[in-house]
Amino acid sequence: MTTEVDDLKFRDPEAAEELAADIEAQMARIDEPVEIMHVCGSHEQVIAKFGLRSMLPADLSITMGPGCPVCVTNMPEVDEAVALAEAGKTVATYGDMFRVPGTVKSLADAKSEGASVEVVYSASDAVDLAAENPDEDVVFFATGFETTAAPTAAVLQADPPENFYVLSAHKYVPPAMEVVAEMPDTDVDAFLAAGHAATITGYGLFEEFTDEYDLPVVVGGFEPLDVLYGVRRILEFIEAGESGLDNAYPRGVSREGNVAAMGAIDEVFERTSGEWRGIAEIPEANFVLRDDYAAHSARRQFDVEAVDGAGDPLTEECICGNIMAGTASPKECDLFGEECTPSNPVGACMVSDEGTCKIALEYGGQPDL
Amino acid sequence: MCLGVPGEIKEIDGHEAVADFWGVERRVRLDVVGDAVDVGDYILNHAGFAIRKIPDREVEETMAIYESLFGDDVDEALDEIGAPQGADIDLGDEQPAAEPVGESNDD
Repeated sequence: MTTEVDDLKFRDPEAAEELAADIEAQMARIDEPVEIMHVCGSHEQVIAKFGLRSMLPADLSITMGPGCPVCVTNMPEVDEAVALAEAGKTVATYGDMFRVPGTVKSLADAKSEGASVEVVYSASDAVDLAAENPDEDVVFFATGFETTAAPTAAVLQADPPENFYVLSAHKYVPPAMEVVAEMPDTDVDAFLAAGHAATITGYGLFEEFTDEYDLPVVVGGFEPLDVLYGVRRILEFIEAGESGLDNAYPRGVSREGNVAAMGAIDEVFERTSGEWRGIAEIPEANFVLRDDYAAHSARRQFDVEAVDGAGDPLTEECICGNIMAGTASPKECDLFGEECTPSNPVGACMVSDEGTCKIALEYGGQPDL
Repeated sequence: MCLGVPGEIKEIDGHEAVADFWGVERRVRLDVVGDAVDVGDYILNHAGFAIRKIPDREVEETMAIYESLFGDDVDEALDEIGAPQGADIDLGDEQPAAEPVGESNDD
């Protein structure tokens, strides 16, 4: 019996082996190397944690693209947050951002020097912080893709306190997929799109992408079987020479997505061109607050001084950008596991739980002895 | 994390709710869930916001998948929702002591 999407109920080793055998047969028929890019740190965690690459043929590579929002947050954005903290604002941010290096220092460094920096679990916790401290200016350094942009939009729509401000570094993934697809150094044959981001956006938005770039896109879930099923579905498209779109995660994703969440994002944010750390200037991929929300915009309300300083020379050697573009692997970096470790990260890829380098070090980064 | 975590709604007060995640209760906002949610429904929580109501027919399967995904170590799932382990949190309580490393905001 062939494993189909409705059969992906539990973690079933037999189904995994069957899917892996299918994939091996597909690759034998395709008879040339295939590179699939996924754009989600959670996909990378599942792939690494369950050793899925070891189940796949050698000529099938699965690489992680720009799927770690902390990693693509640009250094000047971190610098803005640090500058606001040092100017006496209380900066609230997600835990992942706390230690991400800016040009000169991270928010963690700023806090250790006496600035007020708070780690929050959600956008609404940042609002609570502002409500509880009416005499302080609380700046929520808001990072992440669509799944966290929607909550930031929601708290801004819900009439937050006057002393609550947002420094938005939110980013929108689909344009980054286009940029990566166009990069001359990347040779991506298909994308495995991120399940829960598509819970918000819906998978229908990838239709244009598949048409324009002639690449298959399959939305995948986060169970090992979901990933293997998604890979098999992609190879079906490749074998047929088609650039199709499919949803291999119907449990979590619909064609139209979460209309309420997308509505909130559209009302609060507009999209502008912006630099994704180490990758490129990406058009219409940065969420910035619309004029209607200027009263809560940290960039509009405060003069954010540019940083002064040369920064850490090691960051010049960091190839995090190439890794996120899928053109290099962590092991190709001289700093990986040496000067750059999770406890002493040089680049953002080693900071976040979703960072390619941190995952590689945790699950597969041991040296060959 | 990109990974949302499913929980059962226990209380609702406007857009604010309390959801149970494997025995730990945590505040969840309902602003952007996109569907009507009642006590007893299951939602997918992401950074303190429900981003999807899990259809009734998929609840059992979804919970089983998550339990298998997290293995015997439900602590990982609790870490995902930012819960201090072994403690219940009710509406109005102080936030847990922030542990900077290990929390994720990614989608």
